[in-house]
Amino acid sequence: MNTKPLLITATAAITLLALTGCVPNNNGASSGGAGAITVDSSATDCAVSSTSATSGTLTFSVTNSGDQVTEFYLLADDGLRIVGEVENVGPGISRDLVVQAQPGDYYTVCKPGMVGDGIGKASFTVSGDKVQLAGDVQEQVDAAALNYVAYIKDQVGQLVTGTDTFLAAYTSGDDATARDLYATTRANYERIEPVAESFGDLDPAIDFREADVAEGDEWTGWHRIEKDLFPPTAADNGGTTYVPLTADERTSYADKLKTDTQTLYDAVNDPSYTVSIDAIANGAIGLMEEVASGKITGEEEIWSHTDLWDFQANLEGAKVAYEGVRDIVETKDPELVKTLDERFASLQDTLAQYGSLDSGFTYYNELTTDQVKQLADGVSALGEPLSQLTATLVG
Amino acid sequence: MPDSTPPDAPAPEEGTDASADAAPAASGISRRGLFGLAGAGVLGAGVGVAGGIAVDRFVLPASASAQENAAVYPFYAANQSGIVTPAQDRLHFASYDVASGVTRDDLIGLLKDWSAAAALMTAGDPVGTYGAVNGPYTAPPEDTGEALGLPASGLTITFGFGPTLFTTADGTDRFGIAAQRPEALVDLPHFPADMLQEAASGGDLCIQACSDDPQVAVHAIRNLSRIAFGRAAIRWSQLGFGRTSSTTTAQATPRNLFGFKDGTANIKAEESSVVDDQVWAHGDDGAAWMAGGSYLVARKIRMTIETWDRTSLKEQETIVGRTKGEGAPYSGGTEFSAPDFEATGQGGKPLIAADSHVRLAHPDQNSGAQLLRRGYNFVDGNDDLGHLNAGLFFIAYQRDPRTQFIPIQMNLAKSDAMNEYLRHVGSAIFAVPPGASNGGYVGETLFGA
Repeated sequence: MNTKPLLITATAAITLLALTGCVPNNNGASSGGAGAITVDSSATDCAVSSTSATSGTLTFSVTNSGDQVTEFYLLADDGLRIVGEVENVGPGISRDLVVQAQPGDYYTVCKPGMVGDGIGKASFTVSGDKVQLAGDVQEQVDAAALNYVAYIKDQVGQLVTGTDTFLAAYTSGDDATARDLYATTRANYERIEPVAESFGDLDPAIDFREADVAEGDEWTGWHRIEKDLFPPTAADNGGTTYVPLTADERTSYADKLKTDTQTLYDAVNDPSYTVSIDAIANGAIGLMEEVASGKITGEEEIWSHTDLWDFQANLEGAKVAYEGVRDIVETKDPELVKTLDERFASLQDTLAQYGSLDSGFTYYNELTTDQVKQLADGVSALGEPLSQLTATLVG
Repeated sequence: MPDSTPPDAPAPEEGTDASADAAPAASGISRRGLFGLAGAGVLGAGVGVAGGIAVDRFVLPASASAQENAAVYPFYAANQSGIVTPAQDRLHFASYDVASGVTRDDLIGLLKDWSAAAALMTAGDPVGTYGAVNGPYTAPPEDTGEALGLPASGLTITFGFGPTLFTTADGTDRFGIAAQRPEALVDLPHFPADMLQEAASGGDLCIQACSDDPQVAVHAIRNLSRIAFGRAAIRWSQLGFGRTSSTTTAQATPRNLFGFKDGTANIKAEESSVVDDQVWAHGDDGAAWMAGGSYLVARKIRMTIETWDRTSLKEQETIVGRTKGEGAPYSGGTEFSAPDFEATGQGGKPLIAADSHVRLAHPDQNSGAQLLRRGYNFVDGNDDLGHLNAGLFFIAYQRDPRTQFIPIQMNLAKSDAMNEYLRHVGSAIFAVPPGASNGGYVGETLFGA
């Protein structure tokens, strides 16, 4: 539930520049460490500790000694194009800008108060050899965003139809069919869950677990229906006997889920809807966090125990998001791509031992501790390098 | 603005030398730098042994109000630190299993990454190029950050290789090192009354992190575990909150949870010939790559302290064979008096009972075999009965477990009157290689530099 929301931008304001990147070399470029260039942004000046550097990974350690929120920019030789920036540096705060810089002429400038042309604009020269980078990244970025939006629309479209079928069985009292459809229908949602999370109230309405609901708030969505389809014993229900929902109550919860799913559909089919490149990468990271926090613990599907279905769908969604940006990342950090390719495949192999979405999975409560540990190890093995994806992508 | 770097800060040295001997980095986030060790004196207490330094050099602030927490022990040394190093107050120990599919090169890569990070942390610095609070803003920080602002606190990080690293249970030689498995690295036999839990025993690799600050020890295990994800994962781990042994004559003897002094007769770092004879593996012992290394046996020993506390003082002292207050042997004298096992009292009965702990564990009863003990008290919450889940996390270093831990423990397990209050629930053995050469890695003598 608490993953990084997949940010939605109204305009495709993606400015991924070939000059930026963040593949740290091992020369030691931490704040104040070897290689760091310090920037003092005061009310009146933008004092950079050096006016030149050698090409490669540069770290500007920006300190705001003024009393207004400031920004620092590294501009190209036209004095306009932004090569790298740090924003929202509060008074007294320090923040690093890490850029991969090609040889050439640049400008450094600070912008206390965050408006106007900035102050202390000064020349900055990068000498040395050209750093090997990809050619036209922008084209790849645009294509990745386009493809991912198409994927979201496809999944939400399938979710709408699947939910209709599921709810028809549920409201007509055909519990056996509804139970069969429950986990597989949810897969369309679990693949793109961070998208719904980006729309504020939508994910809580659709996917909250009983434990997530605040006192006084109404519990709705998939898991409310899950509990009714897989009713707990009194012992598993805090000592009280579970009271099944009436036909009217069933219809009421079904209508609500249907409406909320339609709202999600309308939102992602809005012509202005698009996703930024970092949102795609954060979506991949967020989906694996979902697995680590909810599925590997058996907390997501506490009544149906269908956590491995969600696990598979989260993994597929993360893989699609990753694949969308993979080629761009490869030009910047081929080692990371190699590791991620291996770890995605390895985790999928481990999970496949317990079934598939087509044939069904082992229920979570039937897994041994050793089996859960093995899955958890695979999730950590993938999640740790995956957490570098956004930084490598947008640098 | 504690972490802001003034624009006119002097340029630090070029390149980050991870050596513990390197000057403190000018970085505002260097834990060591915060404590102004720049004029620190070096107290040499080296005792010559086969191929190494017996007592770690340690660095203290020059000021008279020297803080023990400011102690820094070198990572790159002939012997790994954390063995004869003066026993620190806190422990975080972790055992790891190597992930399936990991190759020999992957394993070497992990050992190199671990060694580089350990060198930084033992020097009081955060791990990684950027540390805990800097670097790319869209990436998670490289260091987890909870040790920022804390001194090195005497942190030592000691790595070991379990039997299963060489040969798995089904005989697989995953990393091409089965032939180099030292004969001394045996699988421990079953001892009478062992109640071992698989989940708290064994492991392919181990890390012992000792420090005078518990947060610093935990920070070490946490960051090393993070570095390992995908290559190795924790099998079990143990926190220890109080040392139960002294490893130098300068330290007072601490007490275990039975309330008795523990480790009075421990091997002390100053006893150079004993250390050389009983602790360090020698090149001609059978595995040349282990020269300057040692063998670690870890046992998680639950103490049924509630029952013990209902036992009379007389019974407690008879079981131990020493007085509870002074720690003197029942045969008389003071704490460090040699026990006289021949001394008898009324009715000709031995003053130090035949089944007392001090008698059965004494070198005289074990063909002269001794152990360098480095154990810690633990309390892992409570059990279902509301009893404290407490005991001793026993750690012992030795030259050869076949002639040291195994016969001593066999002797104790068969006859020790203390067994009524003990349960051995975890067990592991590791070959602890010699220290890494400057800039090298632990294990280089086995895998090649």
